[in-house]
Amino acid sequence: MKKIKILICMGTSGLSAGAEALAKNLEMELKRHKLAEKYQIVRTGDRGLFRDILVDIAAPGGDRVTYEYVKPEDAARITERHLLRGEPVKELLAGEDYKRFFAGQMRVVLANCGEIDPENIEDYIACGGYKALALALAMAPEKVAEEVKSSGLRGRGGAGFLTGLKWEFCRAAEGDVKYVICNGDEGDPGAFMDRSILEGDPQAVIEGMIIAGYAIGACEGYVYCRAEYPLAIKRLEKAIAQARKKGFLGKSVFKSGFPFDIKIKQGAGAFVCGEETALIASIEGRRGMPVPRPPFPAQQGLWGKPTIINNVETFANVGHILTKGAKWFSAIGPEGSKGTKVFALAGKVKNTGLVEVPMGTTLRALIFGPGGGMLHKNIGFKGVQIGGPSGGCLPESLLDTPIDYESITRTGAIMGSGGMVVMDKLTCMVDMARFFLDFTVSESCGKCVPCRVGLKRMLEALEEICGGEGRPSHLEFLREMAPAIKDTALCGLGNTAPNSVLTTLRYFPEEYKEHIEEKVCRASVCLPLVKFEVMENKCIKCGRCLSVCPAGAVVWQKKEYAGIDKGKCIKCKACINICPVMAIK
Amino acid sequence: MKIDLSAAKKLVKKYRAKKGVLIPLLQDVQASYGYVPAEVITLIAKEFGIYPVDVYGILTFYAQFYLTPQGKHIIKVCQGTACHVMGGKELLDYVADKLGAAEGKPTKDGLFSLERVACLGCCGMAPAIVVDQDFYGRCTIQTIKGILDKYRPSAKRS
Repeated sequence: MKKIKILICMGTSGLSAGAEALAKNLEMELKRHKLAEKYQIVRTGDRGLFRDILVDIAAPGGDRVTYEYVKPEDAARITERHLLRGEPVKELLAGEDYKRFFAGQMRVVLANCGEIDPENIEDYIACGGYKALALALAMAPEKVAEEVKSSGLRGRGGAGFLTGLKWEFCRAAEGDVKYVICNGDEGDPGAFMDRSILEGDPQAVIEGMIIAGYAIGACEGYVYCRAEYPLAIKRLEKAIAQARKKGFLGKSVFKSGFPFDIKIKQGAGAFVCGEETALIASIEGRRGMPVPRPPFPAQQGLWGKPTIINNVETFANVGHILTKGAKWFSAIGPEGSKGTKVFALAGKVKNTGLVEVPMGTTLRALIFGPGGGMLHKNIGFKGVQIGGPSGGCLPESLLDTPIDYESITRTGAIMGSGGMVVMDKLTCMVDMARFFLDFTVSESCGKCVPCRVGLKRMLEALEEICGGEGRPSHLEFLREMAPAIKDTALCGLGNTAPNSVLTTLRYFPEEYKEHIEEKVCRASVCLPLVKFEVMENKCIKCGRCLSVCPAGAVVWQKKEYAGIDKGKCIKCKACINICPVMAIK
Repeated sequence: MKIDLSAAKKLVKKYRAKKGVLIPLLQDVQASYGYVPAEVITLIAKEFGIYPVDVYGILTFYAQFYLTPQGKHIIKVCQGTACHVMGGKELLDYVADKLGAAEGKPTKDGLFSLERVACLGCCGMAPAIVVDQDFYGRCTIQTIKGILDKYRPSAKRS
């Protein structure tokens, strides 16, 4: 008899909430009640929604019950009430938000995340894994590249180059040794889909890489993974070892005579290494500094040999294209942007997590559908930042923009890797521009002048504006510098770094104006401009500010307006962030 | 303090004949010593036939490497976009103030080092911090004290 599965989400987020302790407790309960014959605990990756620990009890027939916000100590009540008596534990049942989050999605790449044990290759095979590789090996290598090209799959890492075309270039390049590199250096702040895929379904990435190796004629692959993702690295190591044991990796993949193997290279903390030429330098053991292209890596890459570099999500798509067909894939999404895309929804939105939708879905449908709308209902939407430090901030008026490569580029942002940070009225757009420049300045490799010096000068101007020292000439300066850097910087990091400044200048000019002319930060973010005063015409006398103040600086009594003792205030802004009506300025 | 080079020598031997190994070698050195001591840099340069500056170039380029000893526990406060929007900067300032720690320098008791990190990839549970290998999500100024206390020696006794 097939066992009933107890799926426990154990990615970085589940583990941080105590998922391993819960699994151990449940194992003990199963033993104690002699239920081990009937139930099987499966440690899965994260499903994408951040709900502490998610637990599903899934019967072989398809019936399943989902529990959210589960704590390790809930093992006993789940066992006693659900497993023994067959009554669901009502207070832990996943609510409407959970259903809404998944209802609007089309999960292809994420289909296995949260469903299978990523440390057990048999689980992956049972879900149809490695069928695509068998199909590919039965085809001529050039046909595989052609199939991927005709599907319309574009790189999911940022630039959006046609994957199959890249493979064809590399296949055509001269050289007996070629390489496949998987870019898992997910450095974009705000993006975490690659981590979740590596943690939740590492075999899909490995399978995609082997297929790519076959298509271009490479025998060796590297996964370059951020050191900040220890769990992803651990699971990938296990997955590679299991694939080797099965004969899917090694001297003769599937006994076909085609040799392929994969090594892991750990990053060492440098955002610029997401740029392909910098990444190659890093694998070669040097400082990760970009070099001008051409030659492109497809002609001259790792150790000077033809190399393709695709990102984690791109490789995870490959298997689906081969099993379901290029036609199936190209039927999803509008012209030029095919397939689904995983977005990392975060910030001031109710449901944060990974959302996979067909390309062409609008920003609004994403944020107010699966995202569930704004986190604080009284503090409205202000903007959404997409594409990480290379992207831009878009206002409410652009929420109906469909998410495809071209439409997003037209707004001045970029698709990037799919990071999407929702911002409410408590976010200052000038500060956001400063924040991103601060990031790109510190991550600039220093090789080319526009990026090293130009961005630094822009940052200084923004720091003065946020610090209450802004002058109108700063704006002229920013408007002059931004396009110059875009045109002249050496690599993608510098070319796109001014986007955050350009988009905020374009869509939120009034905030720059207020900072400079009135020395006011309407979101109460820029500290030198915040007075830490309660506006009595807005205060609703709720006292929440008192409950969060760590310094004892808030004075409040029932039915009275709150006040702030500036002598005690440490300017931590806990009160500003909790106030439901933005009454503190 | 004299540095025992035997562990470093073993590592150098393990990696020497391979290409592109400088970064993994330095990562292993750091895992063994907690940082990359100057003496080891000299050793590696000599053994690999390169200049010490080439090794320094790599060490200072990548954020992961330390050139000085760190605290027993390393606290990384995420400064990614989502964490920034959700109050990560205030969290960092508060922890720095609470511990009396400057970024990159261990606290006086040697217990903690404080760092900012560009993104931990846990944006859904922002603002996030990681202490050694333990991730904590949705941190607030109120909860942070309890988290740090877990790593103090007195906490282990209870």
